[in-house]
Amino acid sequence: MAETLNKVFIDVEVDASIKGDAELAKKLEEVCPVDIFAATDSGVEIVEKNLDECVLCDLCVDAAPDGAVLVIKLYES
Amino acid sequence: MRFYEYEARKIVELAGIPVTKYGFCKTAEEARVAAEEIGGPVVIKSQVLSGGRMKAGGVKFADTPAEAAEHAEAILKLEINGHMPRGVLVDPKAEVKQEYYASVVWDGTAKRPLMLFSDMGGIDIEEVAETHPDHVGRGHVTNLMPIPDFEAKQTIAATGVTGSQLNRATPILAKLARLFRDYDMTLAEINPLAELTDGSFVALDAHMEMENEAVGRQKGLLRKHLEIAEEDTRETYEPSDFERNVAAIDAADHRGVIQGKDHGFEGNLGLVIGAGGGSLTLTDAVRSQGGKPANYSEIGGNPSVAKACGLAKEVLEKDGVEKIAVMMSIVSNTRVDIVARGVIKACLELGKDPGETIAIFRIPGAWEDEGFKILDKYGVEYCDRSVSMWEAAGRAVAKIQGAPA
Amino acid sequence: MSILLNKDTTFIVQGITGREAVNLTKECLDYGSKVVGGVTPGRKGREVHGVPVFDTVAQAVENYGAPIDGSVVTVPPAFTKDAVFEAILNGIKLIVIVTERIPRRDVAQMVELANMEGARIIGPNCLGLIIPEVCKMGGIGGPAKDAAKAYAPGPVGVMSRSGGMTTEISSSLTQAGLGVSTAVSIGGDAIIGSTYAELMPYFEADEQTQVIVIYTEPGGRMEAQLSEWVKDNDSRLPIVAFMAGKFMDDEEMKGMSFGHAGTIVEGKEDTATEKIARLEAAGIRVVERIDEIPNAVKEKLGVAA
Repeated sequence: MAETLNKVFIDVEVDASIKGDAELAKKLEEVCPVDIFAATDSGVEIVEKNLDECVLCDLCVDAAPDGAVLVIKLYES
Repeated sequence: MRFYEYEARKIVELAGIPVTKYGFCKTAEEARVAAEEIGGPVVIKSQVLSGGRMKAGGVKFADTPAEAAEHAEAILKLEINGHMPRGVLVDPKAEVKQEYYASVVWDGTAKRPLMLFSDMGGIDIEEVAETHPDHVGRGHVTNLMPIPDFEAKQTIAATGVTGSQLNRATPILAKLARLFRDYDMTLAEINPLAELTDGSFVALDAHMEMENEAVGRQKGLLRKHLEIAEEDTRETYEPSDFERNVAAIDAADHRGVIQGKDHGFEGNLGLVIGAGGGSLTLTDAVRSQGGKPANYSEIGGNPSVAKACGLAKEVLEKDGVEKIAVMMSIVSNTRVDIVARGVIKACLELGKDPGETIAIFRIPGAWEDEGFKILDKYGVEYCDRSVSMWEAAGRAVAKIQGAPA
Repeated sequence: MSILLNKDTTFIVQGITGREAVNLTKECLDYGSKVVGGVTPGRKGREVHGVPVFDTVAQAVENYGAPIDGSVVTVPPAFTKDAVFEAILNGIKLIVIVTERIPRRDVAQMVELANMEGARIIGPNCLGLIIPEVCKMGGIGGPAKDAAKAYAPGPVGVMSRSGGMTTEISSSLTQAGLGVSTAVSIGGDAIIGSTYAELMPYFEADEQTQVIVIYTEPGGRMEAQLSEWVKDNDSRLPIVAFMAGKFMDDEEMKGMSFGHAGTIVEGKEDTATEKIARLEAAGIRVVERIDEIPNAVKEKLGVAA
């Protein structure tokens, strides 16, 4: 069977300072159209298998404090 | 969706058109019983979704119930054009005075159902239309109003049929037109419509086809009256593993649409192409320039990376595929960068080098600049809208055949 | 000039709150179209990109305060007929049906009603129509800046059974310094509201249109109808045609469906080979390769290639 690869094209980094913010976690989970963010009791988690589905809408960037969420295009070195 | 003859008879019967006292039998014993009940000479007919039954030995006459059972036994085991019968129809051998033809089809130019009637039934209607045009009557029916008998009467009268025959055939053709409309048929044909020696009219054979798009709203007929299971789609041919896998990937994810066909295709160049018209154009372009497509496909709407990847992987995993060409007509709705991610990922997941494996990438349109960045990073050869679909196909063919592009 | 639409054409979007409709509404507005209302039953009071939403077509008309010219219908197949009947019976004369997979019976009924009421249907299963740099009805060409790349004004009337190919062909004409008067995605189904022949009189009456390009596929008798129309009408408009799906004539492919619902070859008459012969017999130039279209058009216009 062929393997499945994740995080080939896009990575998302959430700053440590806001990672535990449950309120923000819920907001991020809500706005992302491709379910990259999951809200848990301990805050926000990245759902790795959905990273490459990112549509670059920036709704997560806008929902968080400036610079707290970074969407990284891994194909841009 | 196609129907077996025994189902078509049932449909015709439901519409109020006279049929024979036929029996649908799955065993030789059932056939014997049916022949006994009929109590006279019978015809045993294979129930397969194929033509040419007579020639293949799938239609036999029997004078006694024992003979009927014998013929049924043989026919139930007889494969016709790759199809095994579901059962046999046991029909009383009719005392026919004259055979007529009646059908209803769609007329795409008039945008109405068209009734066809001929007093030269039992043979190929297209032949009759060519050699004896004044023996074929044509008439359209309205889409909006209830279908009146007189429209059928006019169609029949145009062939010269008159007298009691006209009066008996009229309600039958009218009912056929109504069932065509009510049941969303694309074809409703009775050939022959027989006038028996006693003057009565009866449908000796029936052929029905329903529009696939309407199957969802005909549950009453399909599930209740005909007891056809939902999975029983009666495709014209058995889908291949490739086709089934692609359909499964498509069904599992609502984002965008993919389709793959490989029936009748054999080649080394996999095609990951779209949209509908683009796929047709590109498949022609590849073949016309000496390429050998391994398949046909269609990408439509706005598929996810996973869906695009899924299609590309299925194509790459086909026997004999060496490279894929990823090409579409200009896209407004599909995202170029998303498709780029999908096809590159397919290569990576299969342990293949995207630059080597993707012979050409030609999708101009939405988010193309972002797509080009991705393609550049992975060394995939691509072209923009200034390169025509024809030329892009040519480059793919040249690449796979080893000539300098 | 143009056909069917102009800069003052007003229209509504039926099914406006659906995902595809929300996008298409924005695109049309950005392109300069006058989208004056939307209808989604039960959603009265909402707004989509500033366009007011109503429960009924009648409310949309009343709110606008004057007759509304057209409607773009994106309502799902089980409800499309009802929506189109509503539009027609509320005085709307130009209806673009985007929805696909509508049963033929419903389409035929919509078309018959439209004929009775003097309305015109484009589609179904289509992307609409566009007048470059003026307005559009439907998703054709995509967002405004993408549509601008592909569609420049010019003398070519384009009609296509494939939405994507309408833009592909128009783009190649634009790149060649020709341009488009009006491009119509006529739809891919077996029964459609407006065939090539039925739209020809509109192009004939449009001074800007000097030549026609059609994109077509196997299945159906539209080419025969067009060939007959050309012969019977002494048209001033030369026609260039491109047919895709020639591989469908292969024995193994017979009876298979590719592309659109209308693209199934059922008889001898609707194979690609047959159709091409028929078109050529009517003086219509059929090009072998899609990239030959611009030069063929230039030839017909008497312009240097």
